[in-house]
Amino acid sequence: MSWMTNALKPIGLVWFANFLTSSIGKKLLMSLSGLFLILFLPVHLIGNLQLLTKDAGVSFNLYSYFMTHNPLIKTVSYLLYFSIILHTIQGLLLWRKNKMAKGKIGYAVSALRGDGTNVKAAANMAWLGIIIFVFIAVHMYQFWLQMKLGKVPMVIIEGTEYKNLYEPVVLAFSNPGFVLFYVVSMIIIGIHLNHGFQSSFQTLGLNHKKYTPFIKYIGRVYAFIVPFGFAIIPIIVYGRNNLWW
Amino acid sequence: MDNLNLNGNVPSGDLSDKWTKYRSTLPLVAPNNKLKIEIIVVGTGLAGASAAATLGELGYLVKCYTFHDSPRRAHSIAAQGGINAAKNYRNDGDSVFRLFYDTIKGGDYRSREANVYRLAEVSTSIIDQAVAQGVPFAREYGGLLDNRSFGGVQVSRTFYARGQTGQQLLLGAYQSLSRQIALGNVKMFTRHEMIELVVKDGKARGIIARNLLTGELEKHGAHAVVLATGGYGNVFYLSTNAMNCNVTAAMRAVAKGAFMANPCFTQIHPTCIPQMGEYQSKLTLMSESLRNDGRVWVPAKKEDAKAIRDGVKTALDIPETDRDYFLERRYPAFGNLVPRDVASRAAKTACDEGNGIVPTGLGVFLDFSAAIERYGKSKANILGLSNPSNAKVIELGEKVIEEKYGNLFEMYEKISGENPYKFPMKIYPAVHYTMGGLWVDYNLMTNVPGLFSIGESNFSDHGANRLGASALMQGLADGYFVLPYTIGTFLSEDISTPKLDVNAPEFTAAADLAKQRIDKLFAIKGKQSAESFHRRLGKIIWEYCGMSRTAEGLTLARQQVRALRDEFYADLYLPGVANDLNPELEKALRVADFIDLGEIMVVDALDRNESCGGHFREEYQTPDGEALRRDDEYAYVSAWEFKGADQDPILHKEMLHFDNVELKTRSYK
Amino acid sequence: MKLTLKIWRQPSQNVKGKFETYSLDNVSEHMSFLEMLDVLNEKLSFEQKVPIAFEHDCREGICGTCSLVINGQPHGPLQGTTTCQLHMRNFKDGETIVIEPYRASAFPVLKDLSVDRGALDRIIQAGGFISVSTGQAQDANAIPIEKDVASHAFDAATCIGCGACVAACPNSSAMLFTSAKVAHLALLPQGKVEAQKRVLNMVRQMDLENFGNCSNITACEAECPKGISVSNIALMNREFLSASFSSNDAN
Repeated sequence: MSWMTNALKPIGLVWFANFLTSSIGKKLLMSLSGLFLILFLPVHLIGNLQLLTKDAGVSFNLYSYFMTHNPLIKTVSYLLYFSIILHTIQGLLLWRKNKMAKGKIGYAVSALRGDGTNVKAAANMAWLGIIIFVFIAVHMYQFWLQMKLGKVPMVIIEGTEYKNLYEPVVLAFSNPGFVLFYVVSMIIIGIHLNHGFQSSFQTLGLNHKKYTPFIKYIGRVYAFIVPFGFAIIPIIVYGRNNLWW
Repeated sequence: MDNLNLNGNVPSGDLSDKWTKYRSTLPLVAPNNKLKIEIIVVGTGLAGASAAATLGELGYLVKCYTFHDSPRRAHSIAAQGGINAAKNYRNDGDSVFRLFYDTIKGGDYRSREANVYRLAEVSTSIIDQAVAQGVPFAREYGGLLDNRSFGGVQVSRTFYARGQTGQQLLLGAYQSLSRQIALGNVKMFTRHEMIELVVKDGKARGIIARNLLTGELEKHGAHAVVLATGGYGNVFYLSTNAMNCNVTAAMRAVAKGAFMANPCFTQIHPTCIPQMGEYQSKLTLMSESLRNDGRVWVPAKKEDAKAIRDGVKTALDIPETDRDYFLERRYPAFGNLVPRDVASRAAKTACDEGNGIVPTGLGVFLDFSAAIERYGKSKANILGLSNPSNAKVIELGEKVIEEKYGNLFEMYEKISGENPYKFPMKIYPAVHYTMGGLWVDYNLMTNVPGLFSIGESNFSDHGANRLGASALMQGLADGYFVLPYTIGTFLSEDISTPKLDVNAPEFTAAADLAKQRIDKLFAIKGKQSAESFHRRLGKIIWEYCGMSRTAEGLTLARQQVRALRDEFYADLYLPGVANDLNPELEKALRVADFIDLGEIMVVDALDRNESCGGHFREEYQTPDGEALRRDDEYAYVSAWEFKGADQDPILHKEMLHFDNVELKTRSYK
Repeated sequence: MKLTLKIWRQPSQNVKGKFETYSLDNVSEHMSFLEMLDVLNEKLSFEQKVPIAFEHDCREGICGTCSLVINGQPHGPLQGTTTCQLHMRNFKDGETIVIEPYRASAFPVLKDLSVDRGALDRIIQAGGFISVSTGQAQDANAIPIEKDVASHAFDAATCIGCGACVAACPNSSAMLFTSAKVAHLALLPQGKVEAQKRVLNMVRQMDLENFGNCSNITACEAECPKGISVSNIALMNREFLSASFSSNDAN
């Protein structure tokens, strides 16, 4: 990636370019972007849980209005998009590099062994990531893009007109195929996070006898609770649509 | 044929300041001249790596060779125990003189006083150097270096890094060498084996190295050649040496006129894991410390021994009354803690009498059950258990043993497949160090000018027996602190010699010689593998020139070795081709040299009509079986000149003079 | 024991290799794995076939010369054990054993089961040392080092440079090897002086050798015959980060 060196040379940051293009620098970008996404997910989840409020979508629509109009949130959202793209592209580049490092001929017998239960996840982060990226693309197309393009019906709440995002979401989750797609994707995200959470700390060099076991524990809890929270929403919405409860 | 004129070139003056004075008056090579002088170092063990690194630091152009894929693999890495140094950090009365005295006495007065004193003197600098390199020696809670006592000396002067002292010291030297390689001062040739020495105008001026990947015979020239190629313990086939340790470099030098000194001085270590079958390739050492708590025994009845060998009975089936604790019986004062050579010979005797306990017949028990019980009872006492059950005592005792020897027990179990807490260990002596080697003078130069030899490959410092934790000390002393100075005496005369032309006829002749040797081996097209000849050679040497020797046996051994040589050159089967990676060819070349060395060893053992250190001649023992040294006649170094396989080697003697110690008989009864 | 062996045969670096199947009878369970291969080689020799090239030397688990991937695992199934200390009693009678060379672009196969691990030496040459020339040292006890710190450094220093970490890593990363040396020297006060330069140079060389990137899979630690911990990798990351941002090296 000499282009980065060339780009940063005029501003006197050759060392920074070298750092970013080193193996550890690349991993650091993965770690930081991943951690940022990890921070974003609970915020997103809290908003989504508004879908479950039985007020015909009022609190959810207010929440989506807030998210799309608050200047601070808007700024952060651009960072978010950047993180997703960076994490994806960097991840794919690293994947390609690692494949090349392993060489054309692999082992005839594979018997991967590691110190924890997430070894398989760790070795397959790229595949998991690709599935997650596809999910994000579908997800963004389905809701975010529709909203941006204004193809959403409007609704009046307390005298003000808001975009009624609630309606397409509920509509989508009445389709069992979509529900399944969301739930499976959340499981994949959970697996990805189970390794990614603690791994990002390791990459940052934050490994300590006293704290690492706790970080790993929190990582496992997080990787279960957050995707579970996301997955439960389409199921409940679907159930409501079908008058299960 | 005796030649008494071999001169060690020891400088005059008081023993205690001989080296300091000499070092200050040695001829030097000016920095600008060093840049023009090339030195070849063969071997990257403790001696080779430390020498190459230091010579590189001094500014010489160093070329360094190893047959391994990396300079970090040499067998120095396997040394467990530690390294001695006269630091007196314990305040227990240690001093340079005491280390010197212990070493010369331990060597049974068959080493050169001045060399040994110098070794003791520089020992302290080695520790300083190693610590500065980052060698993680054991430390105490106060942060200062820890020591332990080793090899039965009365002071604690052994520095150690768990059971991996050799590894850590070698990595220190390897790292220094790596730094010089990166700086361009040392050019490293891995996977290159020296197979010929080049002598030009009477001086060693280069080597022929076989590139082990391509088989190419490469000519390498230099102003001087340093051999740091280790010992020849693998002449016994089974030893604790690594598989590829060999004597070829040294024997190639011997073929070019260098003398082989005291080759019959070999050291046997009593506690190794015994051979389990014909296929076995090497032996593994178990630390000597095990004898502190283990009791050595064999069944008293031959039929019990046979039953154990046949797998009908186990050690646990033999009642206490039918066990022969032969060390305790024969040496009541020292019991299981008698010195290495005595313990080894006693085990051999027990097995020769038919009481061995492994299928080959060559093995004795090392039993920890008494120690487990003793420790268990004392631990129970500490814990305040008034009437502990037998099982509890054993459980507690095993824990204590595990704390002390856990890693050794684990290693034993891995190799033997038996749990040594439940069944006694099986052990047998094995060769693990050779005191003999190329004859060198005080400057560590052989009798071939320009050819130096350091570390285990020379004969210099250990006499007839090496003390524990002294091998690492000698290798590093030679490489870091002695050779880099003394090589100047030779090189200072050579500053105007231009870079060696490897197209000179001497190089071509040496390369041709090497090629002829290889072609000759391929041309035999016989039926037996090099390995099988090596195994047979080992058996002959072990049987007749091993733990105890007789004139009769040695005479027979010489005939057998000669017959084996004839058979080797008539019936060797060598697969593959010369110009490729061919481990079988490497092996065959090495075995050929081992055979020649084997004969010189036997001749040397036959010539030395006395018992001293590792050399025990049955004819020369006191009535109660002690070694009988004969200082009046044999206080000399035997340096053998090789005149070709078809002729008797010629003995040159270097008389040993002891002005600072009194010659005493070792006593431990 | 009777065994079926599927062994990778490759005449030289630039020639394609393939698996060959051999059967071997009368294998004693007391044999070490390499002794079993010795026996096979002796047999092959007498059948006028080319013996299998594999690397080995000390056969006591310390020199790091032996390698081999046995049934998919570097140094075989037993944890904390090198191939040379692995014994046949760990296999079943009648078993098929697949033996492959280490696989990594940075470790080209030279012949059969031998690979070139010179890249590891070059990483050490880039900075895996303390720059102290012979004779410059002060007294060994001049710098006290906390026992725990020395012991921690020792744990890292036990690396035997066998390359099993690279072989085990699905990414062929050499982070465990490199970090073990970085950690060993960075933990000791003697090594701290040039710690920044060391980590920058060693990581740079590691990257040049075309090893892959660490993704914290920990297969390296699991297969390391000396049990070297991935916490060393975290330490190296830390050292590298701080050196990148605070060293005086403007490049």
